[in-house]
Amino acid sequence: MLALFYIFIGVAIGVSFWQVTRILNFRSSIANDKDNKTQGKNALYFMVFLYVMMVYCLIAMNVIMLPESASYEGEHDDNLFSITFWLIGVVQFIMQFLIFFFTYKYKGSKDRKAKFYADSHKLEFIWTVTPAIVLVVLIGYGLWQWNNVMDLSGEDDPIVIEVYSQQFRWDARYAGEDNTLGLGNVNYIKGINTMGVDMSDKNAQDDVQVTELYLPKGRKIHFKFRSQDVLHSAYMPHFRAQMNCVPGMVTEFGFTPKYTTEEMRQQPEVIEKTLGINKVRRAKGEDPYIFDYLLLCNKICGASHYNMQMKITVVEPDEYEKWIAEQPTLASVVK
Amino acid sequence: MSEHHHKETFVTKYIFSQDHKMIAKQFLVTGMFMGIIGVFMSMLFRLQLAWPEKSFSIIEAFLGSHQTDGVMSPDIYLALVTIHGTIMVFFVLTAGLSGTFSNLLIPLQIGARDMASGFMNMLSYWLFFISSVLMVISLFVEAGPASAGWTIYPPLSALPQAIPGSGAGMTLWLVSMAIFIASSLIGSLNYIVTVLNLRTKGMKMTRLPLTIWAFFITAVIGVVSFPVLLSAALLLVFDRSFGTSFYLSDIFISGEVLHYQGGSPVLFEHLFWFLGHPEVYIVLLPALGITSEIISTHSRKPIFGYRAMIGSIMAIAFLSTIVWGHHMFISGMNPFLGSVFTFTTLLIAIPSAVKAFNYVTTLWKGNLQLNPAMLFSIGLVSTFVTGGLTGLVLGDSALDINIHDTYFVVAHFHLVMGVSAIFGMYAGIYHWFPKMYGRMMNKTLGYWHFWVTIICAYGVFWPMHFIGLAGLPRRYYTNTNFPMFDDLADINVVITMFALVGGLAQIIFIGNFFISMYRGEKASQNPWKSNTLEWTTPVEHVHGNWPGKIPEVHRWAYDYSKRVDAEDDDSDYLHGQDFVLQTTPLLDGEEPS
Repeated sequence: MLALFYIFIGVAIGVSFWQVTRILNFRSSIANDKDNKTQGKNALYFMVFLYVMMVYCLIAMNVIMLPESASYEGEHDDNLFSITFWLIGVVQFIMQFLIFFFTYKYKGSKDRKAKFYADSHKLEFIWTVTPAIVLVVLIGYGLWQWNNVMDLSGEDDPIVIEVYSQQFRWDARYAGEDNTLGLGNVNYIKGINTMGVDMSDKNAQDDVQVTELYLPKGRKIHFKFRSQDVLHSAYMPHFRAQMNCVPGMVTEFGFTPKYTTEEMRQQPEVIEKTLGINKVRRAKGEDPYIFDYLLLCNKICGASHYNMQMKITVVEPDEYEKWIAEQPTLASVVK
Repeated sequence: MSEHHHKETFVTKYIFSQDHKMIAKQFLVTGMFMGIIGVFMSMLFRLQLAWPEKSFSIIEAFLGSHQTDGVMSPDIYLALVTIHGTIMVFFVLTAGLSGTFSNLLIPLQIGARDMASGFMNMLSYWLFFISSVLMVISLFVEAGPASAGWTIYPPLSALPQAIPGSGAGMTLWLVSMAIFIASSLIGSLNYIVTVLNLRTKGMKMTRLPLTIWAFFITAVIGVVSFPVLLSAALLLVFDRSFGTSFYLSDIFISGEVLHYQGGSPVLFEHLFWFLGHPEVYIVLLPALGITSEIISTHSRKPIFGYRAMIGSIMAIAFLSTIVWGHHMFISGMNPFLGSVFTFTTLLIAIPSAVKAFNYVTTLWKGNLQLNPAMLFSIGLVSTFVTGGLTGLVLGDSALDINIHDTYFVVAHFHLVMGVSAIFGMYAGIYHWFPKMYGRMMNKTLGYWHFWVTIICAYGVFWPMHFIGLAGLPRRYYTNTNFPMFDDLADINVVITMFALVGGLAQIIFIGNFFISMYRGEKASQNPWKSNTLEWTTPVEHVHGNWPGKIPEVHRWAYDYSKRVDAEDDDSDYLHGQDFVLQTTPLLDGEEPS
């Protein structure tokens, strides 16, 4: 009913608009010199608006951005990002200036004659080759870093952890003392064995299933991802880490945590961001926020996609050893 | 002279018309209707993103059982973003843009009486119409329309247990898209054949306006890539309805293990993006072609680097078919493939940069007639640069890891293909409205439309980059469950404000469009003093376009402000005026440009 009302209002506005045009002079269609002048100036005003907005956002929104990488591998991501960002920033400022300044400067008038200028191989050569050279740098550094992150073969003694996704929760399984995960398949899902681990596999006996990740600082973590229903994506933004979880296959990613959760909380960037967040939360009457690493789902997976998260805590290695020793093994839990 | 005076009834003239000009208008109006739905949806979900707990009577009014007390449900939120994407990408920016202007301009600008096959052309429109109707019907399915994202990745899109929209809604989506693809293929084949075979005497390929080049290459990419989407969709239908396992394997859902074995969702991603990425250029290239033509005409200057422009269109088209994997860097495919796709993807920056520089050089020392069409073209260059540059971040696989599927991506593609292509479409409408309807659109309303739209476009999408860099994933119904995103709430409100104003501003355009159709100033034959052939046809449409013989072409399309003395900018115009129709023969001793 209400929809009908809105549609009716829309139609009424349309009809009255139509009636108003009867009175309005609707006969002015091609830009004359006066229009060119006005619109040329508008282009200049718009350029000012654009620059103010771009600069304002760059400065004011610096605080909301992610803090520096919390993994060693992510350091180069941050570097590469800065280089790319400065580069495109400079190009953006120059190009937008040229576009809108030319619009203003060369606004048409009866006295002006356009320059007949159809071609210049020299210019075209320059702006084909310049981007090409710049790209060589970006591609080179990018590919080096990509291999750096994705190559998990050269690590000695990484901690192997399986991250397991389902609508709409995360679980994790540590490989235990043998550092080898027991096999898993959806066919084994039964009762408390929610990750479908094959309990007849001897590697599975010492595996440890948890609902929150504990990671030691300074050791390579080798993640293996599985999904039991639809695509999910394990996104750990603070570590510059992400990998899709695909039903029917195992995907991998790895990183080495650089700061413990405690250390991260003391970082100036994090303190400043937390202050901003807590200002908002206080206004809404909510409890203050304390920084934690998170793993969030970043591939559309259903109704509660927006609430699929797992806490990650990074601790000192000895603390980690103590924690993992306290966890019950699968063999002792799943009978 | 083509004198077939068979009687035209209302039905053959306005409904089952085989005249390319009428079909173009049909595509345009249908595309606009779908566009209104698509934009309206985006305004609804922007309300949700800015004020997640607030109740809105407009949501209560339009979402029926998918809302409680004016707050939308998470399912319908996903459905809205899914259908918004589908409608805008395919129905508005593929059919609405390409369908309208390829149909209108190809025969007119190459000097043909009509498309190679008028019947196929009509068929193309009516298939598009049927697919639009099916897509609209799918909005009224009880469980809701397709909600797995416009990329419909299985298993989510295959299993109604996973999301209600994957039931009847998804079925209708797939049927609608299959028909849409058929329509697009028939249309594209027709465009290719027409451009290759029906050019008038003297219209060499190297004399074609850049619009035609863009439409032609677009049609070629469409023919190459759309069939792959059709096969992907068919296999998905098989998985959904006939128990095959192309995309599904090892699934446990709703308490039971499903029978699927051995399939892979990654296969679907490959097939989907083999179309999906070229699709970006299917959307964008026509807009760039239109812009090339309009910037040149309204600058009263030849387009700078005509051959480089053709070359870059071809380069972009070729590269677009070998970069699809950059959507899948973190899909679990082999990292080596990621390296290859990073390389090919970043190469696209080169032809794109050439295009942007050439546009700016065309503006340089021009005599810019700042009509609304020209402003929208300039706006396109601006948003194309802004959105294109962030592509350098996303195309680099190492950087993509951390911003994949965040709002940074949303901001990037909306600017570079969404806003840019829409601007190209608006530019085209303002410029060729006199050709379509014999009347002019009002310029004052056009100016208002342009400035409000571009301010809002930047107001929406520039800040959006930053919430992406804060790590906010896209397709979240609300981010209130993550305290780490609480400081983004204000920015989301600002974005929504701009989105609402920008969306409502399109009413100015729609009003201008329909009122001008009946009340606009009567157009003269060549209102923009343009060189191309369509302006040699009479204002009143005739079947066969030219009442007499088809004109012969003697030069390229861009002899604007050609001088007596090429070196002297102060010398007189060679032909006594600042434009030279393509039909004008070369003077004695005149060098072809």
